[in-house]
Amino acid sequence: MDIFLQQVINGLTLGSVYAIVALGYTMVYGIIQLINFAHGEVVMIGAMVAFTVITVLAGGGMPPLVVVLIGTACAVPVCVLVGYSMERLAYRPLRRAPRLAPLITAIGVSIILQHLAMLVWSRNVLAFPQIIRTEIYELAGAAITNVQIAILAICMLMMLGLALLVYRTRLGTAMRATAQNPQVAGLMGVDINRVIAATFVIGAALGAVAGVMVGTYYGVAQYTMGSLLGLKAFSAAVLGGIGNIPGAMVGGLLLGVVEALGAGYIGDFTDLCKVAGVSDWLTERCAADPHFILFGSNYQDVFAFVVLILVLVLRPSGLLGERVGERA
Amino acid sequence: MLLEVKGLEVRYGGIRAVKGIDLAVDTGELVCLIGANGAGKSSTLRAICGLNPARAGSVRYAGLDVASVPVYELPRKGLVMVPEGRGIFPQLTVEENLAMGAFACADADVPRDIERQYGTFPRLKERRTQTAGTLSGGEQQMLAIARALMARPKLLLLDEPSMGLAPLLVAKIFEIVREIAAQGVTILLVEQNARLALEIAGRGYVMESGAITLADEAANLLADPKVREAYLGEGAG
Repeated sequence: MDIFLQQVINGLTLGSVYAIVALGYTMVYGIIQLINFAHGEVVMIGAMVAFTVITVLAGGGMPPLVVVLIGTACAVPVCVLVGYSMERLAYRPLRRAPRLAPLITAIGVSIILQHLAMLVWSRNVLAFPQIIRTEIYELAGAAITNVQIAILAICMLMMLGLALLVYRTRLGTAMRATAQNPQVAGLMGVDINRVIAATFVIGAALGAVAGVMVGTYYGVAQYTMGSLLGLKAFSAAVLGGIGNIPGAMVGGLLLGVVEALGAGYIGDFTDLCKVAGVSDWLTERCAADPHFILFGSNYQDVFAFVVLILVLVLRPSGLLGERVGERA
Repeated sequence: MLLEVKGLEVRYGGIRAVKGIDLAVDTGELVCLIGANGAGKSSTLRAICGLNPARAGSVRYAGLDVASVPVYELPRKGLVMVPEGRGIFPQLTVEENLAMGAFACADADVPRDIERQYGTFPRLKERRTQTAGTLSGGEQQMLAIARALMARPKLLLLDEPSMGLAPLLVAKIFEIVREIAAQGVTILLVEQNARLALEIAGRGYVMESGAITLADEAANLLADPKVREAYLGEGAG
């Protein structure tokens, strides 16, 4: 089996989900320069709502695909409502406040949503019903499942749809104009409050679908799952250049691949038995057990943040980000 | 009167930038508001289109109290401003900028209007797919004016269209403003370049530290010794 290709496939699957979540961060940042830390929680709520709906319907004899679709169809409006409400109730009143105020509010909203979810869905790790039977296909020596194919395809379609919306429609042009100069956009007749609300709503809808995919892929859901996923997606957005929509897509995919390759190879690279000759103790230790791995694949989660730190040090504006100059 | 400003007062913190001014523009007029840097001209203009809240006084446009209308509704009613510093969208293409100008009039035939602007500004046509941030200062100003015209304004507010431009371009911009006025668009022009502004305007107001000190026919202002000394750079003798 081709380990490298296998990790790339796994990485692209996860990375496309990161990309979808990262879009929610980057669109909101682009338009109001707010890092919406509560976005990860929106994804979590999407997963949780889908979990409930799918669990209820699972035994009902409906085709599994239909059940998952109904689950998604319920998760999206709930997340849209959550996304709209947080903008309307928490962020809009702070539109003119110093930037630290909405940022701290975002952390507060995140904590509130997380604990509301805990009250509704308990603190336990929930087993996401695996009703779609996994089928494994072979692809050039690596394995790819039907779930992975579906996740990749859905993510690509959503990214394409979003790109069309942002770059080809009136609303999209208004969004980009508002991001660049809200005051002048207002003078042109754009109701910027509606455009900003639309940005939150679109991001939340994407996040809902991402939540369902993460739940289905990992087979588990928990009220805390949004934090780590959110932070990774945020890292992906920073990697691509925060505020930049193609950047979030590229950053997400890249981060997924880096993470998968890192997790796949870190064990090999930190196997001390490869340098067994340096000390007698090590030689003995390796004679008994041919592997002495310092960092295993459980260090997977570290890579996203190593990438985040490297980007912030080496190229703070991100891969596709431009240096943000004075507003015109 | 298309635009009627009465007792308008604008404050920033404790500073009175505009100290209760009266001003009026009738349909079809080209009126200029001249004055030195910091006299309160831009503040006045921004208050007229609701960007700065008026502390006191009223702004009535076409019989409508501007304070009671959200900013984004004003272009739908024909009140359009070209802001100071042009305010183009730098990462949108020239054509997208123009399309944004027509955002308020959804019923308009946008492609045809864009072609009309290209007729007036051939340079913009050459650069239609370029992002606006790559244009030169003069081209950006033309784009800002063309974009405003896309909204089919009844009253066009121009804030320092000559700012930062080479003399040759300044003359060209003023020529364009004159043409727009000749096509029947009412214009309120704010300018530091008093001579050129008064030459194309019918009437003018002179503003000084937040108050209007003179208001007359443009020709009379051009001949006024005080104006000549203070704004046209001529000695009293």
